Amino acid sequence: MAAPVRGMAGSPSIGNTTSFQKKTRSKLVSIPGTRPSVQNGQLLVSSGVSSLDYVIGGGLAVGTLLLVEEDCYDSYSRMLLKYFLAEGVVCGHELFLASARDHPDEIMQELPSPIVDDVAGMKISEGQSQPSDPENPDTMKIAWRYQNQPRVQTALASSVRFGHYYDVSKTMEPELRQAAKCHSFYQLQETPVTTGSSPLPSPYHALLKSIQTVIRKEGFDGSTPQVGSECPRLGLHSLGSVLWGDDVCCKVNPAHCHALTTFLYALRGLLRTSLSVAMVTVPSHLIQNRAIMGRIIRLSDTAIALESFRGSEKETNPLYKDYHGLLHVCQLPRLNCLSSEVPDTKDLAFKLKRKQFTIESSLRAPAPAFIFRPASQPASALSPQNTPSTHPTALRVYSYGTSPNPNEQRGVKTPPRLLTSAVSGL
Amino acid sequence: MFPELNSILNSTPDSFKSSDFILVSDRRADASFLIHHYLSFYLRAGCKVCFLGLVQSFSHYSAVGQRLGVSLAQAREKGQLVFLEGLKESFGVLLQDTSQETQPLSYLRSPGAGLEGLFRFVESCVRQSGDGNAGESWGPPVLLIDDLSVLLSLGVSVGAILDFTLYCQATVCSELQGNMVILVRCEEEDADDDEEGSNLLQRGLVHQCNLALHVEGLPTGYCRDIHGQMEVWWRQRGETIYNQRKIFHFKVHDKGASFFARGTSSAVL
Repeated sequence: MAAPVRGMAGSPSIGNTTSFQKKTRSKLVSIPGTRPSVQNGQLLVSSGVSSLDYVIGGGLAVGTLLLVEEDCYDSYSRMLLKYFLAEGVVCGHELFLASARDHPDEIMQELPSPIVDDVAGMKISEGQSQPSDPENPDTMKIAWRYQNQPRVQTALASSVRFGHYYDVSKTMEPELRQAAKCHSFYQLQETPVTTGSSPLPSPYHALLKSIQTVIRKEGFDGSTPQVGSECPRLGLHSLGSVLWGDDVCCKVNPAHCHALTTFLYALRGLLRTSLSVAMVTVPSHLIQNRAIMGRIIRLSDTAIALESFRGSEKETNPLYKDYHGLLHVCQLPRLNCLSSEVPDTKDLAFKLKRKQFTIESSLRAPAPAFIFRPASQPASALSPQNTPSTHPTALRVYSYGTSPNPNEQRGVKTPPRLLTSAVSGL
Repeated sequence: MFPELNSILNSTPDSFKSSDFILVSDRRADASFLIHHYLSFYLRAGCKVCFLGLVQSFSHYSAVGQRLGVSLAQAREKGQLVFLEGLKESFGVLLQDTSQETQPLSYLRSPGAGLEGLFRFVESCVRQSGDGNAGESWGPPVLLIDDLSVLLSLGVSVGAILDFTLYCQATVCSELQGNMVILVRCEEEDADDDEEGSNLLQRGLVHQCNLALHVEGLPTGYCRDIHGQMEVWWRQRGETIYNQRKIFHFKVHDKGASFFARGTSSAVL
């Protein structure tokens, strides 16, 4: 073969060794980390927790608002927020984090580290400097065809997988974290601005303005057409708490009872006009006025509530001893279609394991399992163990005496019954 | 448009009652599918529709409308549909430092002042029906409001909202012989929540209306196949007072909703 002289200096298309281009039928811009929904074609992003994605209908639709009602000590809701942000880092989305209690940088430093499948790929992705590499990799002598391929690819930056797994015992590498663009809003450092005649009190007004500025500046509202524009993720921690200057958590009839609801309404309007996703956590256990809580739920698109067992009498309940808390799905959105996701069961419980945040049905089959399920019925596991694919894994629950397992004894405790209905398009 | 609902209510796009005030309400359920039904119903009937979309964007309604067989974008171009984008323009109005002439959404900046700006918008929209394009004369005007109760979350008082609906009813129903469909979402009946609640608003509106459709979840709990129950209350109609109530179960599909008498769900039979 001739020496590879041509095409080295300036190849017009980076990464294309031939001029053949695959003809794409769809004109949709494919944003990494998103996938279309099977129900109504909405573009979905992952919330960072695969089982939560399953429960809320495949993922968070772009342009919607997810409301998380915090548990008593804000431990698991904060974990969900960190998963959400970590997923954004891994998929290359921009982040906006607003918090009033802890500095956003502290929350960012606590992000869980993603579990990468190929360890070799992880090693290659350790940045530009390769001190252990003896040869100068500028010119390739043998694999010259691949000279113009992108040199360094972080295995995670090019990850187009939907949904990743995280190891909560390790924090994310600083290089990975800094690769993501993060805008932060720390309430205690903002100078209070007199808002004049706006019905929104100062912190919410400033926050809304900051979000709008970021969206406009980065062009997410379509003002500057960007190919492959990332979808920004907004994480707002503990809205409605006292540190935001809101007394909705203090009194039954707060003075600013419309501040938080007006903010959520405006935020949802902002999200609809731009391709962004927001996750808002609200300390609902402190809000005494149930009417306001009802309004807050209706003003958001998807709403879930976490109820942890810590400190409550359910901690010692044998029914719940495998779980850390209950998860209630309060509202599921109807987006561009008449029907919404109808969940199979409303009794869900969650458990935070080291490598997974699992959400399962909390109903357990009674110990002598006289429930007969035909073996051919496919069951979809809520927590895929190691394969994040969406194919339902068949789980067979046998009635007593018909299991082929010779070691099955009478009265043995059956495994917790996972959701057993096939996922079929609604 | 749901054919079964048309037969229950005895109305078709060709023949429906005029000067009707229909109130759609729900409690811990979602009755917005009825708004989609009425939107496609009146567009098919050839009426001029003024739609105040305060909680969803236009693309949401137009996507659902396509499944139900009407094209909202086309209707908007022809002038049959006037859509107020309340949600998408809200943050712009709120963040403005100078109060512009955004009259319809002026309640966002000053919720205590009432809804006069919104009413002026509605009035100008429904009164234009006579002098439309050449040759395009639409039927009686129809006012559709998707979610009046969100105004309570924005700080508008119940009294102001009831005033607004009275003005609208006087203009649209009595004067112009048109129809009005309003969606109100309520919360649980709370003993200590009677002052400024959506329940008060719903009770006040039920008094004014001719037909009340109330959607709730099943009293026995959650069910996958029956999404809820709908109570139809035929109220005053001109001089006669019907006061007849009936309860139906429904299930919402992708392209419509089916209604059936209690206990006759296909999942049960």
